[in-house]
Amino acid sequence: MFSFLMAKEECISQRNKTEHSSILRNRKNIPTSLKTSQAPFTSVSKDKISQTAGHSSEDDNQSSNGSSAQLFTRRHGESPVKVLLLLVVGLSFSTRLYKITEPPHVCWDETHFGKMGSYYINRTFFFDVHPPLGKMLIGLAGYMTGYDGTFPFIKPGDKYEQHNYWGMRGFCAVLGSFLPIFAYLILLELSQSHTAAFISAILLIFDTGCITISQYILLDPILMFFIMAAVLSMVKFNQQRYRPFTASWWFWLVLTGVNLAGAFGVKFVGLFVILLVGLNTIWDLWRLLGDLSLSLVDVAKHFLARVVGLILLPLFLYVTIFAVHFVVLNKSGPGDGFFSSAFQSRLMGNNLYNASMPEYLAYGSTITVKNLRIAGGYLHSHWHLYPEGVGSRQQQVTAYSHKDYNNLWLVHRQDDNNSQSGSPDLVRHGDIIRLEHKETTRNLHSHLHEAPLTKKHFQVTGYGINGTGDTNDLWQLEVCGGRKGDLVKVLRSKVRFLHRATGCVLYSSGKTLPKWGWEQVEVTCSPYLKETPSSQWNIEDHINPKLPNISLSVLKPHFLEILLESHIVMIRGNSGLKPKDNEMNSKPWHWPINYQGLRFSGVNETEYRVYLLGNPVVWWLNLASLGLYLIMVAVASITIQRGFSLGPKRIEQSQVLMRGGGLLLLGWLLHYAPFYTMGRVLYYHHYFPAMLFSSMLTGITVDILLNSADLLLQPPYSDWMQRVGQMVLLLSVLYSFYLFHPLSYGMTGPLAHEPGSTMAGLKWMDSWEF
Amino acid sequence: MSAMLQLPLVVTAQVDLVLVLVSLLALWTRLSRLSYPNAVVFDERVFFIDDNGPPLDHMILALGAYLGGFDGNFVWNRIGAEYPSSVSVWSLRVLPALCGALCVPLVYLLTLELRFSHLSALGAAVLLLLGETLIVQSRFMLLESVLIFLVLLAFFSYLRFHNAPTSSWFHYVWLLLSGVSCAAAVGVKYMGLFSYLLLLGVAFLHAWNLIGDQSLNVCVQCVCRVVCLLVVPVLLYVFWFYLHLSLLNRSGPHDQLMSSAFQASLQGGLSRITQGQPLEVAYGSQVTLRSSASQLIPCWLHSHKENYPVRYENGRGSSHQQQVTCYPFKDVNNWWIIKHPGRQELVVDTPPRPVRHGDVIQLVHAMTSRFLNSHDVAAPMSPHAQEVSGYVDFNVSMLAQNLWKVDISNRKVESEVWKTILSEVRLVHVNTSAVLKLSGVSLPDWGFRQLEVVAEKLFKAHGSSLGWNVEEHRYGTSQEPKDGEAELHFPTHIDVDRKISFWAKFLELQWKMLTVKQEESEHKYSSAPLEWITMETNIAYWLHATTNAQIHLIGNPVSWGVANLSLLAYQLLAAVYMLRRRRGFKDLPDAVWDQFVCLGCVCVGGWSVNFVPFLLMEKTLFLYHYLPALCYLYLLSPALLEHTHTHLLSSVTHRRALCVCVSSVLLSVFLSYRTFCLLTYGSPELSANQLRELRWRDTWDILDRRH
Repeated sequence: MFSFLMAKEECISQRNKTEHSSILRNRKNIPTSLKTSQAPFTSVSKDKISQTAGHSSEDDNQSSNGSSAQLFTRRHGESPVKVLLLLVVGLSFSTRLYKITEPPHVCWDETHFGKMGSYYINRTFFFDVHPPLGKMLIGLAGYMTGYDGTFPFIKPGDKYEQHNYWGMRGFCAVLGSFLPIFAYLILLELSQSHTAAFISAILLIFDTGCITISQYILLDPILMFFIMAAVLSMVKFNQQRYRPFTASWWFWLVLTGVNLAGAFGVKFVGLFVILLVGLNTIWDLWRLLGDLSLSLVDVAKHFLARVVGLILLPLFLYVTIFAVHFVVLNKSGPGDGFFSSAFQSRLMGNNLYNASMPEYLAYGSTITVKNLRIAGGYLHSHWHLYPEGVGSRQQQVTAYSHKDYNNLWLVHRQDDNNSQSGSPDLVRHGDIIRLEHKETTRNLHSHLHEAPLTKKHFQVTGYGINGTGDTNDLWQLEVCGGRKGDLVKVLRSKVRFLHRATGCVLYSSGKTLPKWGWEQVEVTCSPYLKETPSSQWNIEDHINPKLPNISLSVLKPHFLEILLESHIVMIRGNSGLKPKDNEMNSKPWHWPINYQGLRFSGVNETEYRVYLLGNPVVWWLNLASLGLYLIMVAVASITIQRGFSLGPKRIEQSQVLMRGGGLLLLGWLLHYAPFYTMGRVLYYHHYFPAMLFSSMLTGITVDILLNSADLLLQPPYSDWMQRVGQMVLLLSVLYSFYLFHPLSYGMTGPLAHEPGSTMAGLKWMDSWEF
Repeated sequence: MSAMLQLPLVVTAQVDLVLVLVSLLALWTRLSRLSYPNAVVFDERVFFIDDNGPPLDHMILALGAYLGGFDGNFVWNRIGAEYPSSVSVWSLRVLPALCGALCVPLVYLLTLELRFSHLSALGAAVLLLLGETLIVQSRFMLLESVLIFLVLLAFFSYLRFHNAPTSSWFHYVWLLLSGVSCAAAVGVKYMGLFSYLLLLGVAFLHAWNLIGDQSLNVCVQCVCRVVCLLVVPVLLYVFWFYLHLSLLNRSGPHDQLMSSAFQASLQGGLSRITQGQPLEVAYGSQVTLRSSASQLIPCWLHSHKENYPVRYENGRGSSHQQQVTCYPFKDVNNWWIIKHPGRQELVVDTPPRPVRHGDVIQLVHAMTSRFLNSHDVAAPMSPHAQEVSGYVDFNVSMLAQNLWKVDISNRKVESEVWKTILSEVRLVHVNTSAVLKLSGVSLPDWGFRQLEVVAEKLFKAHGSSLGWNVEEHRYGTSQEPKDGEAELHFPTHIDVDRKISFWAKFLELQWKMLTVKQEESEHKYSSAPLEWITMETNIAYWLHATTNAQIHLIGNPVSWGVANLSLLAYQLLAAVYMLRRRRGFKDLPDAVWDQFVCLGCVCVGGWSVNFVPFLLMEKTLFLYHYLPALCYLYLLSPALLEHTHTHLLSSVTHRRALCVCVSSVLLSVFLSYRTFCLLTYGSPELSANQLRELRWRDTWDILDRRH
């Protein structure tokens, strides 16, 4: 097989040398035919698969190298691009789909995303920190392949047994298989060199990390698919610049917009590719503005077309995704408590759906109180005290998003504790009340100690026992915008609780308490009396057996309100994912050096182990060529700035290096550098989008470096050197893939540090854990 | 000689009287009544205790203190505490105040170097002169004013260099001065790095244009620039540390953050104990093992007579053997004896048989004679890891598993000898190949709230929580472990001189400075970066012990507004110019355009690099972090006005209107300075009414002492 590949590579490079310039010339003339043939992506790709299948069987029949080489040269003559592309397609799909059903148990984050896919099938509402598109697609793929949504996905390692999980995995793997193909096409556009394109495709195809991350039910393959598709269509769109407003120009523009919406709809990381496309567009518009042959009206047309295609259209699609999300998920589920009362009333099965409870707040009722800031929690207390040094050591009062018995409070008059017979009195605006926590019988209390996190506010605690406390337990209830004597409407009135003794107002700061507070949200008493949603609350549940239940219609929220609310909940959820103290946290600088992977499945010797780790040869090559690229660009730009005269070949190379390489470097930076500023917990797999850009950059860098061999050597030798370099690269990538393939396709038996393991001697870094 | 005397002896001096006047005023505003209040003000406390910045700042303050005869015996412990009469407050505060005053003439000169008129220069100087935040900040032992001075100096001297004719070699002195002040700025506060990078960027652009100029031989020029702006600052920065370390050679309160080796090189403290210890750990050695976990609290491997409870609160069972913990205090129970598994003796042979990497040892707890043991029982607080105990044989078929392999992680050669302090060791449990680890969780009451120690499989655990080093060490001499107890209380004595090199110290100190995290907590006067632009919050620095006289960090609201406006105006103007130029309309001649761009690079660029990074920081931030950025805006405003005056307004009436506007703005700047003067100098006493009038914004916290 190796010799066979070598032969292919050889004849390819040979052909490149002879036909390089002619292709360049041709490309200028024939791009339309090529593009139109590739335009309808999905349908063509299916054809390609079948073609590849036939093609590989053909390969097997070829026994001698010579004849196969002949075959290829003949094919090159016909359509040179297609053969290489077919090779890439075939290799990509076969590496990704191989052993797709193994291991037959839940791996790593499949437990989340598989579960969320099931939620879509069951139409149960849930909450996640990522936008819904990825999980919707997973759910759809499962639904189409006969998965019924019944598997619980409780924890990694659970056996799938009779459940149909292969559809979801296969879907992700198919999307993941497109990555090398897209990389090939992007580089073909950027550098016009088949060698560069082929190198980067090979790097991605034989990277164990890319294979592993594509093979499971995860959001990453979907995200990366959209990212690469967006970059590809952007690059294609750039090529159309000389024929503006034609059909193909519009096609690529719209396709870019669609892919941007897709990327952002899967994970917020899609924002980075939006930035990349945005910067590219600004650059493009700047160029158009400087073109004095265009009238200002033309420039405005260009500008508006991009606004429509790259801003309005993606925005519309993104909102549509959410609309579908809310329409599909109409049953109450585990995510309810994160959302406002009005939102919950939309969900079937929630206690607020067609709610029926006493209409006006009364003394003696049991209630839950929800903060009105977006994604605010329920007023909550529990049997735990504030730790020493945080105000006084009294019981904690927090805001908590989950529904729980500790959210229940009793409403009392300021003095008496007994519930009188007869119909209870109603609470009115301006009344002084006492709130007793039902589970712990402590009163809601505040005093002149500073709050645990917001030092400008006062601390709120639970104080007293069985409802007897002191005067610091008294709160004056106010209906916002109400007058003295107004009744308090359950669910619909916004109320404030003013502390009698200090005059401050009950407030939820939105800051997460440290571990001693169980990472719930801080509740304080604010001396600044401005009316903000943080200091307003509503009564959500209201239980009073002595009062008749009345069916209440809560104002149904507007769609845009829901959209805004769910985004703020997501953003807060994301920033709430702080690294735990004793947990190993991956640092961004670990990633490019492939410092440490992630365990997808299995720990012990007896288990089936899969370990997400990039092929070290590929990753270190990427790292080295990043440095190399910077040096080469510096040399090239200094020579140009200094005005040395260069041959046409060199000028073209430095153009590719600066334009194409610059775009890819920018992509890499945008997908990598922001992680340094993020406070949330980070994982190794966050680097993969950046790694795609890095691999493409390697393609360009290595290709140009090898092409520049003639700077050192005379023509025949320089060609040899170039060819040898390509061979060495290809072989080392292939051999390292052969060595490390058990990481992706699974390994059993002893761990790597013991002799007798399949991975013995391959633990090149101590931090690798296989 | 005689020929010379035939000429009249003439001294021609040109004195810029405006400059002199402005400098005098600046000195007067910054230096008058400097020793009032005679008490510790706000952050003055922090600067003598906290060690979390680069070293130059402390040295500058210490220099001032030393010159004033301050003996270093005052303990800064509380805001508002009175200085004793022996302390010359004036000399402590004079250096920052001088720097703050010198900023004013410097801004004047800098505006001239940006090629604007003397009138603009005067405007910038006045804005800075009457900037109340700057006055307050420079009147106390705080370093922002020094930083601002150095940064302005760096830019001034760089522009001097750039504008000077290239023929003479003398102008490289300016470049060198620029490099030196950059290094000093970074040495004072890490914030200086932002401005340094900006300056490098500007210098790079200029050098890039130079390369494009084919008439010049650029090699020498480029090398000079690299040396002055890159090499010299780096060397100087290292030199500050060298000074710092050679001056501070005694141990102090921040020792425990550093490694044992670092501590041992300081006089006093740990080195008092460790000097004279044997270097090589041998069989029979008595040692204390310190965890190298990078936490703030150091702790030592510890055991005591108590056993693990049979059942924990959550119902899980334990081995009920003796507790092994990590204890953050020096204690006689921290001593362990290293024993050879094959032999019974607990004494060191003569000659000692050293323990090497890869050797298998047993560890005996000196006070209780229990063996350090681990087994497949879940640890008390981290159930995924193995329990570590002092082995007690309850005869319940739980065999002792007390063999540990020594794995020296920072070894240079295989079979390296285990060295006191220097070697970082992992103890690998032989039976289970788990590693002894500090989990960092504290035990409940039954474990006296000490820290939990567990054994964990290597591939799960990482980093420094696995490492241990021998801190105190002696060779055991008595045969019976009980007799050894007496030995444990006496210091040891064999001289081994060990010094770590300056570079090792430098790297460690630098690393610690960058990685030691301050606890993220909100302060009563802390604020978010976006609040700085609108000046939402102030900082109360000092309140008189009995009256309402007080000092606040509040900006002059008028000049603050002017600064924000000019920032906005510049960006708008630049955008319009750029779009028009791109379409081929050249509004400005090239020289003026270059001047305009240079102004933007220095001022708007300076503002952004000193402001934007704070948006990304997760630190407790205060209003005074905004001051360097603010200075750039003060620089920008008058220059922008001049630009408007000369290039945008063509009719005479418009120009006159502008002049009137400007003078009225200047007047109101002065009036608001007069108003807030009361809060700047902390005198006289204020009535409640006055206080209420001064509270222009609801969000400002003006203190009111109610009697």
